[in-house]
Amino acid sequence: MKIKTLIAGLLVGATLGVVAAQAADLAIVSGDTGTGLEFLRSQLDTFEKETGNKVTIVPMPSSTTDQFGQYKLWLAAGNSDIDVYQTDVIWAPQLADQFLDLSDAAKDVVKDHFPSIIESQTVNGKLVALPAFTDAPALYYRKDLLEKYGKSVPKTWAELAATAKEIQDAERAAGAADMQGFVFQGNSYEGLTCDALEWVKSFGGGQIVEPDGSISINNPQAIAALEAAKSWVGSIAPEGVLAYQEEESRGVWQLGNAVFMRNWPYAFQLGNGDDSAVKGKFDVAPLPAGEGEGARSAATLGGWNVAVSKYSKNPDEAVKLALFLSSTAVQKERAIKQSNLPTIVALYDDADIATAMPIIPRWKDVFLNAVPRPSAPTKVKYNEVSNLFWSAVHDTLSGTGTAAENLELLEAKLTELKGEAW
Amino acid sequence: MAWTILKKTAFYALVVFIVVVAVFPFYYAILTSFKSGTDLFRVTYWPTGFSLENYVKVLNTGSFPQNLLNSVFIATVTVLGALFLAVTASFALSRVRFRGRGTLLMVILGVSMFPQIAVLAGLFELIRFLGIYNTPWALIFSYTIFTLPFTVWVLTTFMRDLPIEIEEAAIVDGATPWVIITRVFMPLMWPALVTTGLLAFIGAWNEFLFALTFTSSNATRTVPVAISMLSGGSEHEIPWGNIMAASVIVTIPLVALVLIFQRKIISGLTAGGVKG
Amino acid sequence: MTTEALAPPKAVAARRHAASELTRSRVRSAMIFLLPMLIALAIVAGWPLLRTIYFSLTDTSLTNLYGGKFVGFKNYLGWTTLKSGRTIFSGLLVDPVWWNAVGNTVRFAVVSVALETVIGMIVALVLNAEFKGRGIVRAAILVPWAIPTIVSAKMWAWMLNDQFGIINDMLMRLGLISTKIAWTASADTAMTAVLIVDIWKTTPFMALLILAGLQMVPKDVYEAARIDGVHPIKVFFRVTLPLVRPALMVAVIFRLLDAMRIFDLVYVLTPNSSATETMSVVSRENLFDFDKFAYGSAQSTLLFLIIAVMTGIYIWLGNVRFDGGDR
Repeated sequence: MKIKTLIAGLLVGATLGVVAAQAADLAIVSGDTGTGLEFLRSQLDTFEKETGNKVTIVPMPSSTTDQFGQYKLWLAAGNSDIDVYQTDVIWAPQLADQFLDLSDAAKDVVKDHFPSIIESQTVNGKLVALPAFTDAPALYYRKDLLEKYGKSVPKTWAELAATAKEIQDAERAAGAADMQGFVFQGNSYEGLTCDALEWVKSFGGGQIVEPDGSISINNPQAIAALEAAKSWVGSIAPEGVLAYQEEESRGVWQLGNAVFMRNWPYAFQLGNGDDSAVKGKFDVAPLPAGEGEGARSAATLGGWNVAVSKYSKNPDEAVKLALFLSSTAVQKERAIKQSNLPTIVALYDDADIATAMPIIPRWKDVFLNAVPRPSAPTKVKYNEVSNLFWSAVHDTLSGTGTAAENLELLEAKLTELKGEAW
Repeated sequence: MAWTILKKTAFYALVVFIVVVAVFPFYYAILTSFKSGTDLFRVTYWPTGFSLENYVKVLNTGSFPQNLLNSVFIATVTVLGALFLAVTASFALSRVRFRGRGTLLMVILGVSMFPQIAVLAGLFELIRFLGIYNTPWALIFSYTIFTLPFTVWVLTTFMRDLPIEIEEAAIVDGATPWVIITRVFMPLMWPALVTTGLLAFIGAWNEFLFALTFTSSNATRTVPVAISMLSGGSEHEIPWGNIMAASVIVTIPLVALVLIFQRKIISGLTAGGVKG
Repeated sequence: MTTEALAPPKAVAARRHAASELTRSRVRSAMIFLLPMLIALAIVAGWPLLRTIYFSLTDTSLTNLYGGKFVGFKNYLGWTTLKSGRTIFSGLLVDPVWWNAVGNTVRFAVVSVALETVIGMIVALVLNAEFKGRGIVRAAILVPWAIPTIVSAKMWAWMLNDQFGIINDMLMRLGLISTKIAWTASADTAMTAVLIVDIWKTTPFMALLILAGLQMVPKDVYEAARIDGVHPIKVFFRVTLPLVRPALMVAVIFRLLDAMRIFDLVYVLTPNSSATETMSVVSRENLFDFDKFAYGSAQSTLLFLIIAVMTGIYIWLGNVRFDGGDR
């Protein structure tokens, strides 16, 4: 009896020992929200079944600024409680030192992704994070209103301004006092950098800091772009747009109070919700182009990635998790369930995705026009560059100085910030 | 007579005005917490519908009830600890003459001058060094930085103004300072103790930055952090309905606390029979 | 006193001796009482404070927390002489962004604390009066203070929204404004918006502390004044105010300290607006968002010094007692 128990005990112990040697307790930190977290959990369950590891999610506030500050502090102090981080596309160069190089681990799958995205996550030849999904905004327009007034979807910003003005005035005269022509994100925050980069790029005004590190923002095309944007505020866009982030614009839009909106794909599903005033009445198109040389439609590149902390106690298992979360299978399911844009080229031709989320294949055009924010050339100084840029834009939009003055000043500040090199 | 009525009316008008201003945003929050979807973006002054959906959702997602318990525990222990340290310290600072008393009070005040942001990195190192990272003790420990100076100062001020006679009898009887504090001062200090305790409690209850930094799992987080984690369906969507429902849930215990301690707050010296 | 004068000299000396023995033992127990608090403060505040001051004298970056080199006061003020002989100053003391933040903070602190004191006093006086339902009113007053700052900032941002905010709707209905105001967006109204929310939120704190002071004023003082037929306003300025003054002074100091450090309200309500950006907000930006940890530490240190100086001035002007009077 005693011996039996002993043997049984030894056997259990041995089994436990074996499992412990293979399995690890991992923690992934995520600023994802609501259904996004549920989705992540369901994927992690699959991962747990496949590998025997246990993964806990540490959720974070949805504000990316809050997340960034926390991550930086945690990483600085060598926090080993978190193994895998979900990172914004612009963070890679700023946190590069604290993450493991994934190039070896991912060498077989890298070619499946869009090269531009892999490039955005590569810092000095080190692959800092693997892409989980990408994001690119589009122009939302009211089909019903354009039809009513016999207008076509605007191809340039000037067309947009004219159409918006005409419909807005006519609708207001007809009794819809709160009707606005165009809403976007004009608050002074990272979102304004995204919006304004699109304007500047679409006018052929470069991308603030070029990939080679030169500061290009002070040019006539960029000035023209900002002057155009300034002319919208108070005419086709409400004054309050200067305090709008994504949700405020969506609020106005979803009440049926805007003709056009610039927003990310998330608003597509919500706008088609049952209680939405614009359900079935709207569609999306690439953002308009500017005028002048090099003018084209431009969308700022967004998206999220997974990175592995170099302080992880189980780096091998953590890398497996990162690879899993960026895999084709997970991205496909993510596209179908979450309408997140995949980073794997082949998925845009996937029949299942096309049936479940018809907008995704259409977004490929938008995405191919996407322009990255200058986080790669400006490295750890990106946040400051972005801050200076959005401040200059916000000043211009709110009438503190002209575009020319503000951009000249911005150029001087950026040059000072750059110093010898970024 | 007309004058008295007018005065009474004016007084009540003032009371009503104060209450309305104080409570209206909260009322609006409650109103919002019953709404959902696009309704959130429509301005209404009266309830248009009544759905507990947001409340159910808040209480069921994540570990909100656990977070609520964490908050209660952390705030209570923080306040009790601060009051214990502060009552004895303020006795020393207010009733005993010794050199450097003024300087000491200045130093304590100086401590509360340091911005939270600035001590964050240093505190973080310290908390990891002590091995209390991601436990309630990390927060109790760090909250001392703002509750303790505040309670010491307020209690010192109140204790200083108590008449000397009340102590003399006890001293003549040969009572130790500890006995003097617990038997003589505590009963007289209720209004001040309860008030400072309450204010410190709310301070600890509402703190966000430390709570976010020094915890790294759902089970150890406090309510304000939990509220900031409440999220809508997707990245940019803000779940106003849920946030408002959570705020209502969070505020109710505090209102209850005030009502419970009502008597203590108003008792005061008048009841004690000791006069200046 | 009389007994003492009549007592034989020997007994007086003995009693004196006993008294000083008593004083000594009181001082001893005072030290024992103070020790735990001081140790607690030294650990929880002293150490991080010294760390921050140290960081501010180095070139530490958050990606390399322990590898910073000592650079002296360069983060505060540094200069380089160009080949042309022109000297360029750099550092915190010549940073316009910083001084703008200092200006914002001081303006905010002075206005908000002044208004909060006056309104808090009125509310406290109302709550101190006897009337039906004052328990409910007292609880109601506390509601703003009880709502977490993060939430109330978001709540007010929602209410102050130009398109679907209830404030604009209300003002429009009352006919006070003709077009919707973008409260938090426009540089002219952003500070007002922050002030409104802060006053709404922290007046209860002020009111409650003053109320506690009022409660400790013996009732018969008022009785005597009333019997003497003194006008209530005169009673307030001659009797009530002097009696609650110590409590009021402490309440104001703590509000002032809080207001000077204001962070979360501004951070949530009007992020990145140069019209409201305060010292803490700028400092956070440098510490965590930008790669300027040492510079941010220097800002925190300077913020500490500025608050210390302001408090010093306030204490000096307000003639606040520190030594506890004569006891």
